[in-house]
Amino acid sequence: MAEKSQGAPAKGQKTGAHTEADGGHHGGGFPPFESSTFASQLVSLVIAFVALYLIVSRIALPRVGGVIDARQNAIEGDLAAAQKLKDESAAALKAYEADLASARSRAQAIGAETREKLNAASEAERKTLEDQLSAKLAQAEKTIAATRETAMSNVRGIAADAAGAIVQRLTGVLPDGGAVNSAVDASLKG
Amino acid sequence: MKIDPIHQFNIEPLFTIGHIGNQTIAFTNSSLYMFIAVALTAVLMLGGGRQLVPGRFQSVAEISYEFVASTIRSTAGSEGMKFFPLIFTLFMFICVSNLVGIIPYTFTISSHIIVTAALAFLVFFTVLFYGIYKNGLKFFKIFVPSGVPIYILPLVMFIEILSFFLRPVSHSVRLFANMLAGHIALKVFAGFVAMLGVSLGAVGWIGGILPLALTVALTALELLVAFLQAYVFAILTCIYLNDAIHPGH
Repeated sequence: MAEKSQGAPAKGQKTGAHTEADGGHHGGGFPPFESSTFASQLVSLVIAFVALYLIVSRIALPRVGGVIDARQNAIEGDLAAAQKLKDESAAALKAYEADLASARSRAQAIGAETREKLNAASEAERKTLEDQLSAKLAQAEKTIAATRETAMSNVRGIAADAAGAIVQRLTGVLPDGGAVNSAVDASLKG
Repeated sequence: MKIDPIHQFNIEPLFTIGHIGNQTIAFTNSSLYMFIAVALTAVLMLGGGRQLVPGRFQSVAEISYEFVASTIRSTAGSEGMKFFPLIFTLFMFICVSNLVGIIPYTFTISSHIIVTAALAFLVFFTVLFYGIYKNGLKFFKIFVPSGVPIYILPLVMFIEILSFFLRPVSHSVRLFANMLAGHIALKVFAGFVAMLGVSLGAVGWIGGILPLALTVALTALELLVAFLQAYVFAILTCIYLNDAIHPGH
C-alpha cells in the first residue's frame, strides 16, 4: 500500500522505471486492466477458491457447526434437567402438602372421635348416676310416704284415744270405740 | 519525488507454473495473497479449539459462522443454507484478503477487476443454473413482476432482464472500485507526507501532520470498507440466490 511513501528518490525512480518497463512489456498502463495477467490470476483464483471451498465445506463449517450444536444441546439438556428437577421438587412439595393435609384431617378425625367417645361415656355415666339418684329419690319418697302413713295412723290412734279420754272426763262415760274412731275419721276428713 | 499510487496494483510474476496456449501462467504476488487469505481463513476456522465455553479465537470462528448463517437465513430463508459453504467461502475470502490488503506493502486481491468479476460470475451462473434446475421455466418469472399493468409489462420485463444480466457487472465493479479507490486515496495521502518532508525539509515534515492524520483516518475507514464490501458481496449473493430459490417473489 505505502510501499513508496518513505522511499528515497532513488528508489522512487527505480520503481517508476520498473512500472514503466512493466507497462511497456504488458502493453497497458493500468495494472487491473492488463489482460496479460488475467490468465495467471484466474488460475490462482480457481485453485485458491476451490481449496478454500473444500476446507470450509468439508472441515471448517461442520466442525464449528458441530461445536455450536453441541453447546446448544448441552444448554438445552441442562435446562431440561433443571426443569425436571424443578418439577420433581414441585411434585415432592405437593406430596408433602397432601400428606400434611391428610395427617391434619386424620388428627382432626381422631380428635372428634375421641371427643365423641368421651362425651358418650360421660353422658352414659351421668345417666346411670341420674338413674341411681332418681331411684334413690323414689325410694326415699316411698319411705317418706310410708313414714307419713304410719305417723298419720298413729295420729289417728292418738286422736281417738285423746277424744275418748276427753269424752270420759267430760261425761264420765267411756265412749264406744267405734263411734270415736268414726268421729275422728270424720273430723280428719273434714 | 514522484507519487505512483498505481504501482501497488502491479502484478509481479514470482515464478512460472506453465503455459495454456500462448498464455504464460505464473505464480504472482496476487496468487501469494490468495493463498495467504486461504491459509488465514483455514487457521481462523480450524485453529480455535472446540471447547464448550469458547475462548477468543474460537469465538471469532463461531461469530463468523453465526454471522454468515444469520445473513443467509434472513435474506434467502432456511433453504438458502444449501449455499452456506459457498457464501461463507466468498465472504471469508474477500473479507480476509481485504483486511490483509490494508497492511502496508501488501497486495489487495480484490483491487483487480478480473478477480471480482470471476467471483461475481460464479455467483451469477450459480443463480442461473440452480434457478433453472430447481424451478424449470418458472425461474423466468423473476422477469415478470406480478401486479404490473399489461401495457407497461414489456418495458418492465426489458428492465428486469437488463438488470439481471447487469448484476455480475455491478456486483464485481462495486467491490473492485471500492478497494481500488480506497487504496489509491490512502497511497496519495501517505505519499503527501513523504513528499512534503523530502521537498520542504522541517517545515514539510510539520506540514505533513495533516495528511498523516488523514491517512490514519482513511485507514480506519478502509478497515470498515474492507469488511463492509465483503458483507455487501455476500448479502447480494444471498439476495440473488433467493431469486433462484423463490422465483415467484
